[in-house]
Amino acid sequence: MAGRLKILLQAAAVVVVALLLALLGWKVVHTDEGRALGAEVNSGKRPAAPAFTLPRLGSDDEISLASFQGKVVVLNFWASWCGPCKDEAPLLEAAWKRYRDRGLVVLGVDAQDFDVDAQRFVDRTGITYPIVRDKHGSTLGRYGVTGFPETWFVDREGRLVGEHVAGPITEEQLERNILLALGTAP
Amino acid sequence: MILRVFASLALALAFALPAAASNQHPTLAELEREVICPTCHTTLELSSAPIADRMRAFIRQRIAAGDTKNEIKAKLVSQFGESVLAAPPKSGFNLLAWLLPLVGIGVGGAALGVLAFRWSRKRADPAPAGLSANGRSLLDPELERRVDEELARFDR
Repeated sequence: MAGRLKILLQAAAVVVVALLLALLGWKVVHTDEGRALGAEVNSGKRPAAPAFTLPRLGSDDEISLASFQGKVVVLNFWASWCGPCKDEAPLLEAAWKRYRDRGLVVLGVDAQDFDVDAQRFVDRTGITYPIVRDKHGSTLGRYGVTGFPETWFVDREGRLVGEHVAGPITEEQLERNILLALGTAP
Repeated sequence: MILRVFASLALALAFALPAAASNQHPTLAELEREVICPTCHTTLELSSAPIADRMRAFIRQRIAAGDTKNEIKAKLVSQFGESVLAAPPKSGFNLLAWLLPLVGIGVGGAALGVLAFRWSRKRADPAPAGLSANGRSLLDPELERRVDEELARFDR
């Protein structure tokens, strides 16, 4: 009886350790997923953009990345307390207005922020492109976002192309990558 | 018996009253220890990130408005998700995080107790004469017979 109990306890301990290892492995794989994505894109590969559906800022409506299939998406991660995000917002707004007739959408993803601050930021900078709120930061790990701002470019087939810009984007970088994603790069 | 009940109640009250007062009238310092900065993943008291400053301002504002600690935490969770709390809430699925360690300690203690009881019983229960500790004869009957024969021959 004692022998059986001992074996049972040992088996339970092995199962618990195996479960913890599996959990650790899952976490490591999913944490590195976003970082690997940046390396892939910067080496010229075109991996699929991780899908997401998030609520629109100041509304209960939801926007999913998949709903922009057939359009080029400039995906910009930002927060209201981020200084460089304020600087690049007018560039993104100008690009959205210039290229929207050619099938371009700028989609802002606001995270690690208060709703009220995000809305104030939008009002003050005069942004008119769609903004979604990622309250739980669910997209940050999947896109390997380590700070704000960060920008990705998604082509018409839903694949990440061009450069992964970690940090404030310049007008030249924005133009070059938009043209590449639109398929009209020189 | 009655004395014991009163002592337990007094002890429970001694712990419950400060907790209730802390929930009713929280301080910034308390909440800074119980809330995580979403950008640096440390408690607010250790963070100087811009969002941590903003969260401190929010907490000050809510304390001044008379919110309880639970209300302030709920508002922060609605903005940043449950990961903003340093300790998981004691409700729903998160209750497991609080209960599992206790269950583990209980199960481990019970298993140790059972094993210790069995070992001590075995030692206190000496094996009957001619039998080993596992209750079997010390010698195989055939071997025992041969030993007896050899001993008898030796005696002759």
